[in-house]
This record gives sequence, structure tokens and C-alpha cells, in this order.
Amino acid sequence: MNVQTQIKRTAAEEALLAAFAERGTKLPGDAKVAERREEAVLLLQRGLPNRKVEAWHYTDLRRLLSAVPSFDAGGPAAPRAPLLEGSFVLPVLNGVATPPLAIDGVAVSKVADRLADGSLAPLLRLEGSDDTVSAINAAFAADGFVVDVPAGAEVAAPIELQNIQAGGQVHTRFAVTVGEGAKATFVERQAGEGDAFVSSVSHLQVEDDAEVLWLILQEQPEGANHLGRISLTMGKRAKVTLFVMNSGGKLVRQELRIVAEGEGSELRLRGVNLLAGDTHCDVTMVLDHAAPHTVSTETIRNVVTGRAEGAFQGQIRVARHAQKTDAKMACNTLLLSDEGGFSAKPELEIFADDVACGHGATVTEIEADHLFYLMARGIDEKTARGLLVKAFLAEVVEELENEQMVDALEARLNTWFAEHG
Amino acid sequence: MLEIKNLHARIAEDGTEILRGVNLTVKAGEVAAIMGPNGSGKSTLSYVLAGREDYEVTEGDILYNGESILEMDPAERAAAGIFLAFQYPMEIPGVATMEFLKVAMNAQRKARGEEELKIPELMKRVRAAAESLSMDMAMLKRPLNVGFSGGEKKRAEILQMKLLEPKLCILDETDSGLDIDALKIVADGVNALRSPDRAIVVITHYQRLLDYIVPDTVHVLYRGRVATSGDKELAVELEKNGYAGLVGEAA
Repeated sequence: MNVQTQIKRTAAEEALLAAFAERGTKLPGDAKVAERREEAVLLLQRGLPNRKVEAWHYTDLRRLLSAVPSFDAGGPAAPRAPLLEGSFVLPVLNGVATPPLAIDGVAVSKVADRLADGSLAPLLRLEGSDDTVSAINAAFAADGFVVDVPAGAEVAAPIELQNIQAGGQVHTRFAVTVGEGAKATFVERQAGEGDAFVSSVSHLQVEDDAEVLWLILQEQPEGANHLGRISLTMGKRAKVTLFVMNSGGKLVRQELRIVAEGEGSELRLRGVNLLAGDTHCDVTMVLDHAAPHTVSTETIRNVVTGRAEGAFQGQIRVARHAQKTDAKMACNTLLLSDEGGFSAKPELEIFADDVACGHGATVTEIEADHLFYLMARGIDEKTARGLLVKAFLAEVVEELENEQMVDALEARLNTWFAEHG
Repeated sequence: MLEIKNLHARIAEDGTEILRGVNLTVKAGEVAAIMGPNGSGKSTLSYVLAGREDYEVTEGDILYNGESILEMDPAERAAAGIFLAFQYPMEIPGVATMEFLKVAMNAQRKARGEEELKIPELMKRVRAAAESLSMDMAMLKRPLNVGFSGGEKKRAEILQMKLLEPKLCILDETDSGLDIDALKIVADGVNALRSPDRAIVVITHYQRLLDYIVPDTVHVLYRGRVATSGDKELAVELEKNGYAGLVGEAA
């Protein structure tokens, strides 16, 4: 006899299921999309994952996401000035995409329309029973942007995808394809003013020989809960720099699902997590080296202050035939307070026999000697600590070749430190 | 300018007493040399003057222009005009030397109620100071002291001293690790800073540096106190007879 233990649903679980019952049929989508949404809800009916689910070990979503707000936004949301001047800005405001901007040689459409005609249905598929971020998003996603950069194109300016909230619930999708040999820079901006519950899932397909720089800038206010995911597929000799910077939010989970599918593809993942106050921030990466001669480097730098908690899970899987894979992963944390903490969990699953894979993790404090030296030159303690924090992060930020981007990110580091240092 | 009165200090971590009643007065315009064997407390004295937290003052006082500085943190002391040229300058990766110089110079100016220096003026001053010390500007593009040779680090300390224009300069074993040419350049740099309103304290193990930076007074630190004081002849005598003779029976 099977004994079913019925766990009492949390307020958040109840609210999500009730919201789907109420809104589900009104969301855009054809029959295929509706089917995908139902599948997603099936997963949600089993409850949000707790720490016993391995992928959620450091982020007990069931406990941390105890409640969710209603769907009503607190007010209108306004687009932000782009990180990089001259960017093409595509804003999604309170979950609704603004009319697409014409970008020379790039096809832009709205996710709402592409759900309605069913063409985005395959993207709503879940990847396993712990794919809760996709499930929540697939159940409720109503809008966003679809961007197609044609083969050979070189987009003149960065494209900034903005997901801006003013409270309530926001579930947004972005789907981007960069064609063969094309070059493009994207900024994915996650921000707002309200205590919203946000999920945002991005798909990025980089075709053979294409080059992409994708920057995720998560700067939600301290009362917002944010679940983000990017699903990246790389073709042959594709070169991708994925830069993730978290500097806000209450409960933050950013998933990076990467498949190096094409032989000779190169991934450079860089993460900067600035954690302050009561933030809980979890960056979870699963990277498949699925073809020979693929190269990846992952460097994550965390600064933790206040009572903030952070986690980085980095799983690298090397397929049996993915010989000559070269992967290097590092996670370094600078702890500025005794009450904060950071967990790092590297995982290597290697099935090929001729590979070079390595990982390392460190946790340090500001060096008293360095602080003394700077202060002995008249630099006050706060400024001196700021210089040392910046120094800790400078290496990853300055690696970006785009000078304008380095300046913009460093300005953000300074602002963050002035507020939280 | 500087009055050290019955100064006792110990290592904060384990309570080991290093300074055991130092008395020393240095007047404006004076160059005072502090000599002494290894372990006599010379470097500790320099750190305590600069305000390093690893040491605790348990007794006595340090007066700078008549006022106690014991309650001031290192940055406040520096802004008030106290400068320590480190024996072992720290390498700080990630902090660009130029950026550091800019922040330090402007922090001190701000603390003194002066206007911040604009970049062109700042660059002009740095270039002139670097030139006078035969330093390559390319060095200043590197992270602070990272990959500098021992001699380059010492020059960089003097460069900072020139730029920050302190009133009380403390040089801790600035001669160690310098070849004779570098020593001359560094000494010239220090001598150029001699002025009636500035005091310079030269801490050194050997008399060699004092051939180039000629002191007005010489003090021998031994077992945490000033064992004897004199003029530059004392340094010559020390060079000839060693410390044993001077600190006499105690040694």
C-alpha cells in the first residue's frame, strides 16, 4: 500500500496554483502552449523544492518563498536609461513588452504574439523535475521579446533587454538567436521599484562562429524576489562571454544552463555577486561540454556584507566524446562581515579521458596589512576598504574588452559600496 | 614637533612588550636618526607612530605639535601630516598605482579643507616627482607595488612622500635593499624635503644611509628604550665599535 503524505501547501504554493486556475486560460498561447503550461503546473502542484532537492540544497525555495504578491503592479513601470549609451533598448514593463523598436537588420517580435501563434511552445518545455524556475515561468509567462540576429550581421550597438517591475508578479521570457558568424552584445537588465515576485527566463542560441557578449544585470530592490534563468546553446567555434552581476533582491536565484554543443566553442563565464543586508543569492550553473575541443572558464567573485547569504553551484559535465575539453572554474569570496556567508559547490562529472578540468574556491577577508598601508596614506577606512573590494573585483570586470562597459560596471561597484560598504 | 614620552607598547595579539619607555623629542627642521640592533624596537616604534592596530600603547604618550595622536587612526594621522615610508611596502594587486596616488592626495587635501587636484595638475606633479627619482612612469601604470623590485618599492615610497608633502617623515630602513646608486637617488629625494618646518626621522640599522642623509641628532634604541643620544659623530662611532660598546654592559 502506498502511503501518501500530504504536506500542507505554503501560502506561496496555494497562491500560485490559485492564480493559474484564475488566469491560466487568459494567458496568450495556442493549444500547444496551453499544454506546456499545464505540464508546468503539474510540477508546481508537487510543491516548491526544499533543501532536500539537491539542485536547491542552498536555497530552500519552499521556505524562503513563503508568500507571493498578487499580480497587480503597484503602479506604472518606466524604462531605465541603458547601461551603455547608444544601446537599443527593448523594455518589458510590468510584464508587458513595449512595441518593438526597429533595429537595423535584426528581427524583433513580442513573446505574446509568438505564444499566440504557438511558435514559442517548444521553449516552454521543462528540463527535469527540479526545473522549478522554468515551471513557474512557463505557467505564467505572458510577454517579452524574441530577437533574431541574422547570419553574418554585426549589430551596431548593444541591445538592452529590460525587465522592469513596479510590484506584483512579473513572468517574462526572452528568446534570442544569433546567426552564423554574427556578432552582438546584449544586456539583460532585471530591475524595478516594487516588492515584486519576478521570474525571467532567457534563451540564447549562438550559432556556428558567432560571437556574443551577454551581460545579466540583476539590480532588484531589496524587497523583490527574483528567479532568473538563462539557457545558452553554443554552436561550432561560437565564442560567448556571459557576465552576471547580482547586486540586489531579497531572494535571488540565477540559473545558468549552458550547452557547449559545437566543437571548438568557447565560453567565458564571469560572475560578480554583491550581497548586502538580508539578501539570499544563489547562482547555479550546469554546463555541458558536449563536443570535443570546447573551452570554458568560469570565475565567480562574491562580496558579502551584512547578514547576506550566497551560494554558487557549478556543475561541469564532460561527455564521453568531448575529448580535449578545457574547463577552469574558480569561486572567490570576500567576506566583509561575520554574519554573512557564502557556500561554493563545484562539481565535475567527466566521462572523457583526455581533458583538463580544474576548480578552486577561496574565502578571504580584507587584509589588515593592505588596509593599514592605504590608511597610512591618509585614505579613510571606508574609502580604503572600498578600494580593496574594487581591487578584488577589478580583475573580472576589467577582463571585458569593452571599455565603456568596464566603466559602467565599475561605477555600479562604487555606488553599491558607497551604500553598503 | 614630535614628543614621545615614556612610551610603552606591546603586540596586541600576544601581549609581548616591545617598547619599554621611549623618550624622544624631534624639533621642526631636525633630521633625527634612530639606530639600534635588530629587535630593539625600531620598526615597532615606526608602526606605533603611524597608528598600526597590531600594537597597543599601554603607557606614555605621543605628542605631535603638542597634541596627543594616540586616539587618531592611521588615516587621520596621515592627513595631519605624518608619513611612514615602510620598510616592506605592501603589494596590493588590483589597485592601480596612479588611482591610489590620486585618492591618497585628494583624501589628504580634503581632510585639510583644500580643493581636490584636477587630473592634469595631478599628472604634472606625479611626473615631476617620478622624474626626480629616476622612476619610469610606466611603473605607475601597474598595480601598487606589484612586481616592483625592492629598490623600486623604496623609490615609490619616497615618491609618495614627495607628493603628499608630510610634516613628519618617518623612514623605516629605507636603505635596505638599495644599491649605492639607488641609495643616492633616494637620499637626494629625502634631502630635497628638508625644510625648517619639517621633521625627518630616519630609522636605520647601518650608518651608510647617514653618509647621504646627514642627521642632526642620533639616538640608539636598545631593548625598547633610547639608550643613548648624540650627534652624527655617534653614528660614526657606532659604525666603528658596534652597538655592544655603546650600550655597554647591558649588551
